[in-house]
Amino acid sequence: MSSVTAASASANAARRGHALGRNLLIVSAWLVFALFLLLPLYVVLSEALKMGLGTFFAAIVEPDAIAALQLTLLAVAISVPLNLVFGVAAAWCVSKYEFRGKSLLVTLIDLPFSVSPVIAGLIYVLLFGAQGFFGEWLSERDIQIVFAVPGIVLATLFVTVPFVARELIPLMQEQGTQEEEAARLLGANGWQMFWHVTVPNIKWGLIYGVVLCTARAMGEFGAVSVVSGHIRGVTNTLPLHVEILYNEYNHVAAFSVASLLLALALFILLLKQWSEARLARLKSNAAEE
Amino acid sequence: MSRRISPVIPGFGLTLGYTLVYLSLLVLIPLGAMFVHAAQLSWGEFWTIVSAPRVLAALKLSFGTALVAAVINGIIGTLLAWVLVRYTFPGRKIIDAMIDLPFALPTAVAGIALTALYTPNGLLGQFASELGFKIAFTPLGISLALTFVTLPFVVRTVQPVLADIPREVEEAAACLGAKPLQVFRHVLLPALLPAWLTGFALAFARGVGEYGSVIFIAGNMPMKTEILPLLIMVKLDQYDYTGATSIGVLMLVVSFVLLLLINLLQRRIETP
Repeated sequence: MSSVTAASASANAARRGHALGRNLLIVSAWLVFALFLLLPLYVVLSEALKMGLGTFFAAIVEPDAIAALQLTLLAVAISVPLNLVFGVAAAWCVSKYEFRGKSLLVTLIDLPFSVSPVIAGLIYVLLFGAQGFFGEWLSERDIQIVFAVPGIVLATLFVTVPFVARELIPLMQEQGTQEEEAARLLGANGWQMFWHVTVPNIKWGLIYGVVLCTARAMGEFGAVSVVSGHIRGVTNTLPLHVEILYNEYNHVAAFSVASLLLALALFILLLKQWSEARLARLKSNAAEE
Repeated sequence: MSRRISPVIPGFGLTLGYTLVYLSLLVLIPLGAMFVHAAQLSWGEFWTIVSAPRVLAALKLSFGTALVAAVINGIIGTLLAWVLVRYTFPGRKIIDAMIDLPFALPTAVAGIALTALYTPNGLLGQFASELGFKIAFTPLGISLALTFVTLPFVVRTVQPVLADIPREVEEAAACLGAKPLQVFRHVLLPALLPAWLTGFALAFARGVGEYGSVIFIAGNMPMKTEILPLLIMVKLDQYDYTGATSIGVLMLVVSFVLLLLINLLQRRIETP
């Protein structure tokens, strides 16, 4: 009898210890979350609204800020579709075929992630800058790439190359080739197979990759900073505009524009959450079948 | 896994060709140009540039602070992944969704927010200055900024692996008399280590190259708080393209060697 109660008592103690450890871990996770993620958000908003809503909106609708927003949107509008097409093509050849050097190709696709953004800017300056390889040729023809809009687009393209491909490769490898083969055997041509079989299968992974790609394209700073030349109203993206305002000690305006970027980031997180949930549902459905 | 080459599925030549041309034009040729530019130097000249005290100080600072940030992330990232996978509690979904915030938030925004937070009169900085030390404009501030921007890496690599470990394995170990720490050390750790190392390496590599979030909080004092990417920027502003290129090559080579070492370590762990 007594040994049984002793055993159950020790089991109870263990369970209590377990619950204590569990609560301790949850509380520390909340603390880490609040300290590392929530406080910075709070600071952006509180600094932006320090002088009231009037100053906040004034900083956002000011012509230089609008011009910066337009340039940021232009860079996103060019780089995201191009990297989307690249991502689909790269994932297609990597996941549907076997060939020599495939793992090298996958490494090369990921390469821009391990290169510092400043180096990403530097290489375009070396190619297209006044002293660069093509510098003379370009200046003879009066084409400016570096310290102008094309340079900003190129730098943004470079840092966002891997996003879509990275999401699609594992997804398409998992799905295999049977459905496409079936479509072909039933008489579909290549494009029909792609639009009616592949695209519906990869839709949510595609959206997920595009969302991540957009976030990075919108927020890229280092690479764009090297090639921009910082001409107000002409070659300033929103993040660069934040930097200029901040360095001029115009902190309220800097944080106001920053909170606009923060709002975009939160919207992107929502989109990501949504596409991720759809992707998970798709996968669990496939697993059930 | 072995899949035959499928003759039925079209587009191999088209997609592979497009991928290679796109990658070459955008990534490989420009990166190659940097090495070609650096190759115009003799070894002696290259060595003189990269062994200058200011470059070495920046090298040590960049790799050191990135290492500290990766270690901090290794700890709090594992904690967050563990709690998110194993427990249900109020706010779990919000934390899970917000973990990716550092990837969605432009780094310049993170930079100015963290600087405001950690300056001596900032929300958190004032506690530090009461205790007699500074966070912003010191290497500690740089490490904290890097911890923020690389926070999702460890969480997102460990989380799926942890979710795939069946609870029964731990329960079995516990039934056989293993203490919680022993279960962690002998059951969970070996299973998590490869993913953990991947997250660690990703965070480290990103931290070494990070620029936007660091320059605001660093103070950027040569020899003290000047990171390598900033030094490249400084050289470029002085039109010293050769100096900038040499530092760029140095940075790529050192990161590459370190990532290779981590990769080797990972392989040794995976094949006991």
